[in-house]
Amino acid sequence: MLVKNRNMENTSLESKEVKEVKEVKESKENKEEAKNLKVEVEAENLNFFYGEKQALYSINLKIPEKSVTAFIGPSGCGKSTFLRTLNRMNDIIVSARVEGKILLNNQNIYAPNVDVVDLRRRVGMVFQKSTPFPKSIFDNIVYGIKINKLANSRTELQQMVEQALKQAALWDEVKDRLNDSALALSGGQQQRLCIARTLAVMPEVILMDEPCSALDPIATEKIEELIVELREKYTVIIVTHNMQQASRVSDYTAFFLLGQLIEFDETEKIFTYPKEKKTEDYITGRFG
Amino acid sequence: MRKLIDKFVFTICSLSTVLVLSILALIIIYIFANGVLAINLDFFTKLPKPVGEDGGGMVNAIVGSIIMVTLAALISIPISIGAAIYLSEFGKGFLATIVRFLVDVLAGVPSIVIGIFVYTIVVLPMKRFSAIAGALALAIIMIPTVVRATEEALRLVPQTLREAALALGAPYWRVVLEIVVLSARSSIISGVLLAIARIAGETAPLLFTALGNRFLVTVLDRPMASLPVQIYSYAVSPYDDWHRQAWAATFSLVIFILLINLSVRFFFRTKE
Ligand SMILES: Nc1ncnc2c1ncn2[C@@H]1O[C@H](COP(=O)(O)OP(=O)(O)OP(=O)(O)O)[C@@H](O)[C@H]1O
Ligand SMILES: [Mg+2]
Repeated sequence: MLVKNRNMENTSLESKEVKEVKEVKESKENKEEAKNLKVEVEAENLNFFYGEKQALYSINLKIPEKSVTAFIGPSGCGKSTFLRTLNRMNDIIVSARVEGKILLNNQNIYAPNVDVVDLRRRVGMVFQKSTPFPKSIFDNIVYGIKINKLANSRTELQQMVEQALKQAALWDEVKDRLNDSALALSGGQQQRLCIARTLAVMPEVILMDEPCSALDPIATEKIEELIVELREKYTVIIVTHNMQQASRVSDYTAFFLLGQLIEFDETEKIFTYPKEKKTEDYITGRFG
Repeated sequence: MRKLIDKFVFTICSLSTVLVLSILALIIIYIFANGVLAINLDFFTKLPKPVGEDGGGMVNAIVGSIIMVTLAALISIPISIGAAIYLSEFGKGFLATIVRFLVDVLAGVPSIVIGIFVYTIVVLPMKRFSAIAGALALAIIMIPTVVRATEEALRLVPQTLREAALALGAPYWRVVLEIVVLSARSSIISGVLLAIARIAGETAPLLFTALGNRFLVTVLDRPMASLPVQIYSYAVSPYDDWHRQAWAATFSLVIFILLINLSVRFFFRTKE
């Protein structure tokens, strides 16, 4: 009896979702014509399981290139899980299983011939807790460049480090102490270092999982400014619990609930005229 | 009533602590008192005198201990760290369970048994006691300690650090060798140092492997002296001057072990 109920619930939700996706697609198509936007990341009927436990239910989503997309939703709804399917970081969890497709530039990243290591270079990731390597500031950035053999000479390497640090708005603060340990930086600086490190390997997409939640307001502001700038060159996807942050930095917002994508649209629309009651309840703080 | 139990437990615990500390203090004071009187420059520079003559030193045992402990460390460190990396980073299946079980068993084997084992597989075929056999026995004793300390240290490296390196397009083996091991390095070094301190004082496994030698040798296929074995043979001898020298040797060995322990403490403190 219970099972039946759940199934019914599922199908009804699914059909709603399909409708939604169509709508999203249509509005996106309009936009694509208008702004000539290319879809960079696309989820097709994505299901995700931790062992027996399903964490994501048939997610369909198209994220345009060179934009900032925010993932919002209550704790445990699957934001991080979905984010981590985008660079196959979940592969290292033994019990994890994926069904469906993630397309990056129209290529399914779960296809058998995909080089996961190179995929992860193309889809960079910044974590909630900053993750500096116990090396110097300089060497932190060099690590990814060397591994991917991106620099041909010492001078080129130095230029790339400088450029990455400048892009991450950290250069002025650290240019005189590049050889100091990265662990001596402040939390906000460490987070920008991690962003710089990611930028240095020239990714196409940058995933950020609550990158500011451990930072004070001033450091947060700096990262937010940075995210807005990154949009010029990269497709940025950010998980956040902060509604203001989502509305400040993102062009698109996706609202997740209990492993389902409830609504995806331009941020302005989500925050002013959400189509779903659940979205409205969440962003106005009625639950979550 | 509850207060009474509280007090009782507290008193018992405090008493035990005091007891442990005073035993430790007694041992150290006793060794220091005897050792300081016994030690002199000759002890570090001279060879043992013929039986019955006073004077001389234990340079043969000091050099022997240094050689065999170093050799043991060189043999066991790569093996142990390799095994620990396998267990912590790669080992998931049946093989890992077996390796982990073997390491646990090895940790529980009395050191004299390891001595006998090496005696059977090295000394008997070579028909000779040797430094290499002694070093091998010490190396085997060292392995479980280093494996466990290293595995523990690697497990404490946050998962997100591995993920961050993977997210830069690093293959997993490079992440492990370059980032994870680097992050855990000070704990790994501490574990290695403590293991060295432990084998430096091992006597039993050297008795029928390296045996001992009244002369200074530096070749590895001959019997070699070591501080613990020499302490043992001097302590059970009937000569007063040998007793004095045994105290001097004990004193230097304890100082060496204390220094290692203190430097490990210092390591951890500077890290945090
Ligand atoms: N490694 C794992 N193994 C098993 N279950 C997991 C694992 N990681 C997450 N989950 C479960 O999957 C669901 C989604 O988790 P996820 O971390 O994606 O949520 P989230 O939206 O990022 O939450 P938060 O906002 O708290 O970070 C949760 O129910 C969680 O308990
Ligand atoms: Mg999360």
